[in-house]
Amino acid sequence: MSNHQPPMPQAPAAAAPDWQAAPGGQYPGYTSPIPVVRAHLGHALASEWTKIKSVRSTMWTLGVFVLLVLGIGLLAGAVVSNSSSSMDDQSPLQLGFFGLLLGSMCIMTLGVLTTASEYGTGMIRTTMTACPSRSRVLAAKAIVFFVLAFTITLACAAFVAMVQNAMVQDNGARTPTGSEWFKATVGVSLYVALLGLLSLVIGSIIRHSAGAITIMIGLLLAPLVIALFMFAQSLHKLREWLLEYSIPNQMSVFYSNSLSTTGPSGWEPLWIILGVTVAAYAGAFALLRSRDV
Amino acid sequence: MIEAVGLTKRYGDKTAVYNLSFQVRPGTVTGFLGPNGSGKSTTMRMILGLDNPTSGTVTIGGYPYRKLPNAPRQVGALLDAKAVHGGRSARNHLLSLAQLSGIPARRVDEVLGVVGLQDVAKKRSKGFSLGMGQRLGIAAALLGDPQVLLFDEPVNGLDPEGILWVRNLMKALAAEGRTVFVSSHLMSEMALTADHLIVIGRGQLLSDMSVTDFISANSADFARVRTPDTEPQLREKLTSALTEAGGHVLPEQDGALRVTGLPLPRISDLAHAADVRLWELSPHQASLEEAYMRMTQGAVDYRSTVDQKAGLQQPLPPGAQPPMPVPGQGQAGWYAPPPPQQGGRPVPGQAPAAGPYGAQPGPYGAPQGHPGAPGAPNPYAQGQAPAMPAAAPAPAVAPAPAPADLTKTQPEDDAR
Repeated sequence: MSNHQPPMPQAPAAAAPDWQAAPGGQYPGYTSPIPVVRAHLGHALASEWTKIKSVRSTMWTLGVFVLLVLGIGLLAGAVVSNSSSSMDDQSPLQLGFFGLLLGSMCIMTLGVLTTASEYGTGMIRTTMTACPSRSRVLAAKAIVFFVLAFTITLACAAFVAMVQNAMVQDNGARTPTGSEWFKATVGVSLYVALLGLLSLVIGSIIRHSAGAITIMIGLLLAPLVIALFMFAQSLHKLREWLLEYSIPNQMSVFYSNSLSTTGPSGWEPLWIILGVTVAAYAGAFALLRSRDV
Repeated sequence: MIEAVGLTKRYGDKTAVYNLSFQVRPGTVTGFLGPNGSGKSTTMRMILGLDNPTSGTVTIGGYPYRKLPNAPRQVGALLDAKAVHGGRSARNHLLSLAQLSGIPARRVDEVLGVVGLQDVAKKRSKGFSLGMGQRLGIAAALLGDPQVLLFDEPVNGLDPEGILWVRNLMKALAAEGRTVFVSSHLMSEMALTADHLIVIGRGQLLSDMSVTDFISANSADFARVRTPDTEPQLREKLTSALTEAGGHVLPEQDGALRVTGLPLPRISDLAHAADVRLWELSPHQASLEEAYMRMTQGAVDYRSTVDQKAGLQQPLPPGAQPPMPVPGQGQAGWYAPPPPQQGGRPVPGQAPAAGPYGAQPGPYGAPQGHPGAPGAPNPYAQGQAPAMPAAAPAPAVAPAPAPADLTKTQPEDDAR
């Protein structure tokens, strides 16, 4: 990526953009022997990939994520297969839900850290000096993080689903259909990765790791917890709404074991989180352009 | 080439930088000076497009920073040594920056060698000392081999070897035709490194001129003349002769005369013509620090006060003397304004100098002792110019200051 051309004393004329003529003409300047290339998104992607893989927090959060998803998933599978209880013709895929629900907190943390840690350390000033196009930096971060989060989640979710499927075969579980498989692996992975992307965007808006992580964990858990304590009859509708649209319930839709019969169904949760993330991204982009670093 | 036109930055109702216009030209090292909080870093951030100016523009080579096609190849900057993610190794940090602008990866190893960090390239920068952090920041600035370089306090925390290296690096970069813009609080360092100075105070331009011009415009170079102590009438005679010739003569406390407005050979000729013997005739050249202090004393926002420790001190045993404060500390107007005839620009808010012990040290607030006298060296004057030219013969130092004077004068000299 970075080795386009070897540094030669005389840069080919094509490599030197014409803007070099402007400052060099009027004032005797210095011309670097290293060829100048026009920076683009590909460079920023390579840079963000180097950044995300070279800090320990990435290894820690993703390590804990893999541990949670695999550990809880396999534990659930083992418990069900060793008990005498029957799955009552249910899909075995729903066993993967709890691991992924807890694991999504790690993905959210990593998402926040990808942007907010640069503000915490001051690295953002170095980054924005090296790449004045702020939209390019945000886009590169979003793409690199999303692809990484999606790949890891998909790998874990698919592995756990296959193992669980094999483990509980004898407990009367039905064989899931192809579309159920697709939703419980690719669908939910997209959802978790988008949740992480939303965290990344919130991190860019809040610019503070701890604050942004707290907001995202609150977004994940608060609606459910608040709804649990809404006993008043007058709040019934709000309670229903909070339960149905809480992130855990939306996630469970991908496993077709929603807490309620109304509310989002099918692929709807994915469109909801996509809409929210796109809106937040647009907001973060506008703020990034106008704010001082 | 950096060009600022009417640059203004407000944070809420606080104006950090107001109507700043200057040019930084290629081929020279341009120093950027100003007291704490005067807007240096804000200006640097605006040059780099990190902060948006409230009004006015700043361009590099004709382009605003954020419009430069491949900015790191045009401009390299060291803003803040700790502006790195501490968990990342030095090499990976630089690699990510190199990739951002399509710089070959091997350039990373080159600059690591240039700043001397090749042995710790794989170490996480969290464990770096301040000086190592500075070196990493300088490496990042040099990465793109840019035409314009900005350094904010580059020598902070560097060892003497590193300071020498940075000094030579700046000069070498400028000699290659690059634009080098460097801010620092180390006046002795700036005197050695910079060719041109831009001074700001309270966000406004105070001065934009060469170092030599700056010193002569903002300080009082004078000649110290001493006539034989035994014959006071010779002193009166010389004073009138010098005044007649257009010189400005001020008596010093210990009997010497401070002469401005006349070159040394002329003073000697006048003394000879008036038949006055001289025990001393020595030049006193002001340092950059002194000139800077004189210029900016009215624009200092954060000035230390004497640590009173009120109510915390044990009562002194009877007969014991309270410790004398170090003169110069926490006193506004310690550095007197330059004499009006020198063409210096007086800064509003200046107070006339008052001696630390109530004694008037003369309107210039200059030391009482001879600058070359034992025990009272002026560390800046020595770097600035030959401190003891042949014009001042050794015996001229004769009236050795009393020990009490020594303690008085030395801190005063150091404080400058």
